[in-house]
Amino acid sequence: MPFALLRYGLNKKHEPWHIIPPTPAQLKPSYDVVIIGAGGHGLAAAYYLATEHGITNVAVFEKGYLGGGGTGRNTAIIRANYLTPEGVAFYDRSVKLWRTMSDDLGINVMYTERGHLTLAHTDAAVRTSRWRAEVNKHLGVDSELVFPDEIARICPQLNLSRDVRYPVLAALYHPPGAIARHDAVAWGYAMGAAARGVEIHQLTEVIGFDLDSDCVSRVHTNRGSVAAGNVLMAVAGYSSRVASLAGLTLPIKTVPLQACVSEAVKPVLDPIVVSGSLHVYISQTARGEFVMGGATDPYALYSTRSTLDFAESLFAEMLELFPFMHQVRMLRQWAGLSDMTPDYSPVMGLTPIENLFIDAGWGTWGFKATPICGLTMAQCVATRRQPELIEAFRLDRFERFALVGERGAASVGH
Amino acid sequence: MKIMRCPLNGARNITEFVCGGEVKPLLGADPDPRALGRSIYFERNRAGLVWEWWMHVPSAYWFIARRDTRTDEIVRTLTFEEFTAEQVAAREEPVLS
Repeated sequence: MPFALLRYGLNKKHEPWHIIPPTPAQLKPSYDVVIIGAGGHGLAAAYYLATEHGITNVAVFEKGYLGGGGTGRNTAIIRANYLTPEGVAFYDRSVKLWRTMSDDLGINVMYTERGHLTLAHTDAAVRTSRWRAEVNKHLGVDSELVFPDEIARICPQLNLSRDVRYPVLAALYHPPGAIARHDAVAWGYAMGAAARGVEIHQLTEVIGFDLDSDCVSRVHTNRGSVAAGNVLMAVAGYSSRVASLAGLTLPIKTVPLQACVSEAVKPVLDPIVVSGSLHVYISQTARGEFVMGGATDPYALYSTRSTLDFAESLFAEMLELFPFMHQVRMLRQWAGLSDMTPDYSPVMGLTPIENLFIDAGWGTWGFKATPICGLTMAQCVATRRQPELIEAFRLDRFERFALVGERGAASVGH
Repeated sequence: MKIMRCPLNGARNITEFVCGGEVKPLLGADPDPRALGRSIYFERNRAGLVWEWWMHVPSAYWFIARRDTRTDEIVRTLTFEEFTAEQVAAREEPVLS
């Protein structure tokens, strides 16, 4: 028997590696910044507050467990092939941060660029794809419109027959399209933040605010109350509920988004494939599972139940695109809560309450923005100014009719 | 299959319906632009019992539903006339505000 096994296995003093920072026993009486929500976004903001702005008297409050909401439920696709110049610039900055994330955080987030195909089955979809390709190229993002001969080279597994209900006419090909391990992203930011003094309190639900002349003065939780200099809310599907504690209403509707994963098989599918018209998308993880999803549920709901309707419609379309999938068994199905906005762009930055900052409206597109969102929201909180990169995503754009319409770049129809 | 009861067509598969969103208060004539923006885009997005607009698509018939957004239980459906009559009668619950 190797000596190391005895040394570590039988030694009661040997501590295993703690990926997730333990929750401190007590809350401090006051924090410079309180972040509500320990998902990727909230933890990234905590990390960048510490690393970029030297603000470490920070608490992250999480009502459930770390990374257990949208962070752990999304399908982990990263891309920058959006439609509006504001959106493309923002997501492209995020892609640049993703490329160095494993080194920056000291944890392997398994970021892998696979290429991303958005299939177009109608003339209208081809037109939108060409529009997106041209906007992307103009802003230096690698995207191009490709046709069936090229699609067959990029993804030979795809059924390109004309003898189907919706033949593939063309596709938007985005070579930087990538996937990553979502849990590792949350853990990496949590470890990095905690190492610099940030406290992460799991099972700590925010239940109220004390407001004092347009400022949040105290934050009440189920484990006691604290004074807060600034408050950042990053709670995705629960944004309307947390905002209502401060008397705010939001342009957000909470809608479930379902996804599923298959058993693991050998590597067979390299690119990420999305079909907006057929409401499906698929990628294969490094472990060999197919991760698949579709459109959001058709109406508002605060429940993460799974439905047979979703699985049935997903596989009906999936089998048309990938006939070999009939041999693959589905392993798990789940749902997450999406905070949908009317223009399919996020709501970030200042609110009518001076020291309350919002990071919400991430709908079905939030995971890919995790690093840039953390970086810009940290800057927003530290300076109490709206950073230029997210100027277009202000909450008050809806009162000025200055929407940032990204529906055409949403991965699947909604 | 989830069933919804349409006041006009009776019990039908819920895939025949679309949700038109929360019942919101009507703005008066010539509203302030900011108020108009809020009225169009902002939602109360409550977790619990809500009043909503629904439409039966094949017959293009709009009506009101009472639904629980935590459980997806459709408590009842009623015509807009029945809804407004109830609202006038029960002034203590101002759901239109």
